[in-house]
Amino acid sequence: MSTLVDYDDAVARYDTVIGIEVHVELGTKTKMFDGAPAGFGEEPNTSVTPVSLGLPGSLPVVNGVAVEYAIRIGLALNCSIAETCRFARKNYFYPDVPKNFQTSQYDEPIAYEGWVDVELDDGSIFRVEIERAHMEEDAGKNTHIGGSDGRIHGAEYSLVDYNRAGIPLVEIVTKPITGAGARAPEVARAYVQTLRDLFRALEVSEARMERGNVRADVNVSIRPTPESPLGTRTETKNVNSFRSVERAVRYEVSRQAGVLDDGIAIIQETRHWHEDTGTTASGRVKSDAEDYRYFPEPDLVPIAPDRAWVEEIRASLPELPAARRRRLQGEWQYADAEMRDVVNAGAVELIETTIAAGASPAAARKWWMGELARTAKQQEVELAELPVTPTQIGQLQKLVDDGRINDKLARQVLEGVLAGEGDPETVLVARGLEVVSDDGPLLEAIDAALAAQPDIAEKIRSGNLGPVGAIIGAVMKATRGQADAGRVRELLLERIQG
Amino acid sequence: MSTLSRDEVARVAGLARIDLTPAELDRLAGELDVIVESVARVSEIATPDVPATSHPLPLTNVFRPDVPVEPVDRALVLASAPEHIDGKFAVPQILGEDA
Amino acid sequence: MSLTRLSAAVLAEKLAAKEVSSVEVTQAHLDRIADVDGAVHAFLQVSSDAALAAAADVDARRTSGESLHALAGVPIAVKDVVVTKGLETTAGSKILEGWIPPYDATLVEKLKAAGLPILGKTNMDEFAMGSSTEHSAYGNTHNPWDLDRIPGGSGGGSAAAVAAYEAPLAIGTDTGGSIRQPAAVTGTVGVKPTYGGVSRYGLIALASSLDQAGPVTRTVLDSALLHELIGGHDPRDSTSIDEPLSPLVAAARQGANGDLTGVRVGVIRELQGEGYQPGVLARFEESLELLRNAGAQIVEVSCPHFTYALAAYYLILPAEASSNLAKFDGMRFGLRVVPEDNPTAERVMSATRGQGFGDEVKRRIILGTYALSAGYYDAYYGSAQKVRTLIQRDFTAAFEQADVLVSPTAPTTAFKLGEKLDDPLAMYLNDVATIPANLAGVPGLSLPSGLSDDGLPVGFQVLAPAKADDRLYRVGAALEALLEKEWGGPLLLKAPELEVGR
Repeated sequence: MSTLVDYDDAVARYDTVIGIEVHVELGTKTKMFDGAPAGFGEEPNTSVTPVSLGLPGSLPVVNGVAVEYAIRIGLALNCSIAETCRFARKNYFYPDVPKNFQTSQYDEPIAYEGWVDVELDDGSIFRVEIERAHMEEDAGKNTHIGGSDGRIHGAEYSLVDYNRAGIPLVEIVTKPITGAGARAPEVARAYVQTLRDLFRALEVSEARMERGNVRADVNVSIRPTPESPLGTRTETKNVNSFRSVERAVRYEVSRQAGVLDDGIAIIQETRHWHEDTGTTASGRVKSDAEDYRYFPEPDLVPIAPDRAWVEEIRASLPELPAARRRRLQGEWQYADAEMRDVVNAGAVELIETTIAAGASPAAARKWWMGELARTAKQQEVELAELPVTPTQIGQLQKLVDDGRINDKLARQVLEGVLAGEGDPETVLVARGLEVVSDDGPLLEAIDAALAAQPDIAEKIRSGNLGPVGAIIGAVMKATRGQADAGRVRELLLERIQG
Repeated sequence: MSTLSRDEVARVAGLARIDLTPAELDRLAGELDVIVESVARVSEIATPDVPATSHPLPLTNVFRPDVPVEPVDRALVLASAPEHIDGKFAVPQILGEDA
Repeated sequence: MSLTRLSAAVLAEKLAAKEVSSVEVTQAHLDRIADVDGAVHAFLQVSSDAALAAAADVDARRTSGESLHALAGVPIAVKDVVVTKGLETTAGSKILEGWIPPYDATLVEKLKAAGLPILGKTNMDEFAMGSSTEHSAYGNTHNPWDLDRIPGGSGGGSAAAVAAYEAPLAIGTDTGGSIRQPAAVTGTVGVKPTYGGVSRYGLIALASSLDQAGPVTRTVLDSALLHELIGGHDPRDSTSIDEPLSPLVAAARQGANGDLTGVRVGVIRELQGEGYQPGVLARFEESLELLRNAGAQIVEVSCPHFTYALAAYYLILPAEASSNLAKFDGMRFGLRVVPEDNPTAERVMSATRGQGFGDEVKRRIILGTYALSAGYYDAYYGSAQKVRTLIQRDFTAAFEQADVLVSPTAPTTAFKLGEKLDDPLAMYLNDVATIPANLAGVPGLSLPSGLSDDGLPVGFQVLAPAKADDRLYRVGAALEALLEKEWGGPLLLKAPELEVGR
């Protein structure tokens, strides 16, 4: 086996070309071809009809909403929507495919020839060309039962649940992505992330990576120079997190470089991604894997989306993530780098809601990208998972803006909110953190501080304002931080000069 | 235009997941060769200008509303299954599957 | 006259008039089955209890004054390729032995809703692949006209059951002639509706773009009655026509007056001559003469591409079947064969299919798999789909010259059991006249037109444009009336009496 080549070395000597196939499970109420509920988490084999079980005699009928969702995706990816298209049967035997063929689209996808702009970490835009987006159905789920107790008639077996079989999928296939060079892994990750955001904005899927709603197959090939013909590619299946997409491309580049360095040809094959080791491994080579005997599905009729319908869908598309980000950045007046950090932190919606609750864009960003980002990092959770709502942050900032608390107290209030003590106002009262606004106690504290530090008091009285900080600090300490430092300074100067 | 060899029949039977005995293979290879030769004449008139017809009637856009229906009774389905365990279909080990 | 000799229409009248009960009618047919089915073997399953319960139910509903379907209480036999909830459904295959479906086909739901007791499931060529019913995994069905002869196929069981008076009505399915050719060789009536006219939901698919269910009866009117019951739009079948049926029963009643003035009848030049038995052609000519005498205008039409129909059919059907039958793999239902060593899913599938499928099914699956496989698709399947276009064009042109087209239904009368079993191509030729209708989706009817020189029944086929099924019934009923006038009664009266043996 060839050794891995260091990534930087590999990309110095080889040009990387990638291609990505993303499957998204549509969030329809029923399956692609039958009325079985498309829910999750039910008892095994209870979300099924004779159709989703592929029982003899059963027939498919297309879910109209799934078609609409597919068109939405196609339009959002700047694709052409087919005047007419068909389903085809992809024939292969596998126990989780109930009919032993998958109903998919082959040479006539519903959407084709599009593009999507992907924003990279440094804010630059990379355009990914889309080959096609087509509709198909998901398979069931196998659970392999091994070991001595998992045997039927002395043999190992698998258990099959067909609840997932027939869930509508849209598969989006890119054209070969060239020109990314060493950044190919980042482009791959950013592309999948862009699609995920798109699916959510379009409301066609919950697009939860961890639930397998979005799954990526990553094709990688390398070649000596960008002018060389395309190298032999490998397809790494089921890479199901953003980070893994990036790692899988990186790994394949290093691996393929090692193989080529040894003068060995890359084998065109399917590889499996191993999350734990961050490596890919060769899958089983199936002799008939490539002969799917596609033919038009005779149980379904062609789909010819009416042009008026397509335009209606286009008109109803929501503002897409990239456009929305551009709009919000303008409204909020964030610098490019600031906006990018906000996007990468997944804080766009949080900040938007915080602003709606009354905070200024600058203040909202300060909270989410500062104190809260640190807390989330410490707790190893996403920002959105913190036990505080954007509305609460808006309320918190209002307390500051009204002068009822200072920044330091605000952090203590936030601490209380995060600890589940209630809304900012409640925490404020319960912890007794309100700024001391009565001048009486402050004057007492100032007098006490001046008395305690006569040297300093003398310096100030003689016109040297340098050491006022020491007195203010003492007053703040005496009032446990609940004093408004500005007011203390005012009172102090009045006291001395007056 | 065609000759369907015994090897080819064996390959296709594998693709179709049908075990054939050697005797069956011998007989089928002979029969299929004759049949294939006979049906191959379709290409005589299937010129490029003729469109293909896959549906007898020119229907399009037959859609179903996205409304759930009552699922099938699992007990009835499993009762006719060769093996089932815990509400799932029990099938022999799938080659190449991760344990 | 025994209840079993009456047509469904007459039984329906007697039931409506409360002259007889459905239990009596159903029991009479169950008795007849017990008497003769040992010799005929039309049935794979007889569901006596369920049939009598359904009959009792419909009798009770009638007594309570409920408004019932015209055929309520008339019993029916159903081809075993149609899925029936709770009643074993095998499609004539060992691979489905013991399979109890958890749901009903749409047409079965309609039969049950209309109160037709289901007598049982009829024998057929395995998965409807065949023209003689000899490819059933459960033994041959015998032609009631001569027990040594085939009853046609694939629906030999339904045709024989009706011909032997075991059932007044039966359901068949027709992919290339499986309703019409058995009707022809058993002296009965069979109709393949327009593709999409009767729901395919719950028919175990052979070739999805060709399959159609339809009536198998002894009279044209009975077919019209049954066709109207099972036909119509079904949202569970994407290829179902979303339009009302043409008025079939009315057309049959109109035709029965024997007047066909102004009707243009086209004789298809390519479906006669070489390969057709002289007696078959003679009866065909005589029927044409009767039609002419009834006022029809007889014209000759040419459908030049029909000579390629058989070849196209034996590519399209196996291709679609190879995929439709992939689900029979021993994983979820039916037979599972576990080889001794290393039984992986893949090996169990191959062993199950190797042992569970019969010869003809294997032959066609392999042929179809080959026709779809990489490198062959365009030459075979792709070309066959083009031939289909040409055949449709032939029909379109022919129907510009004629309102209906006619031909002999089958080139020969019933042949001897075993005679063509070793010659698949010779067997395939039985369907030469029926296949074009399936490829084009147009409706066809076969009715008896007399006996050939060998004393066996001959069928006369009527074809109509898509969705104009009513024309079949008008012309068919007219010809039936004219022929029966000549014969002095139905052709089946000339059939030998079956020996009653229990």
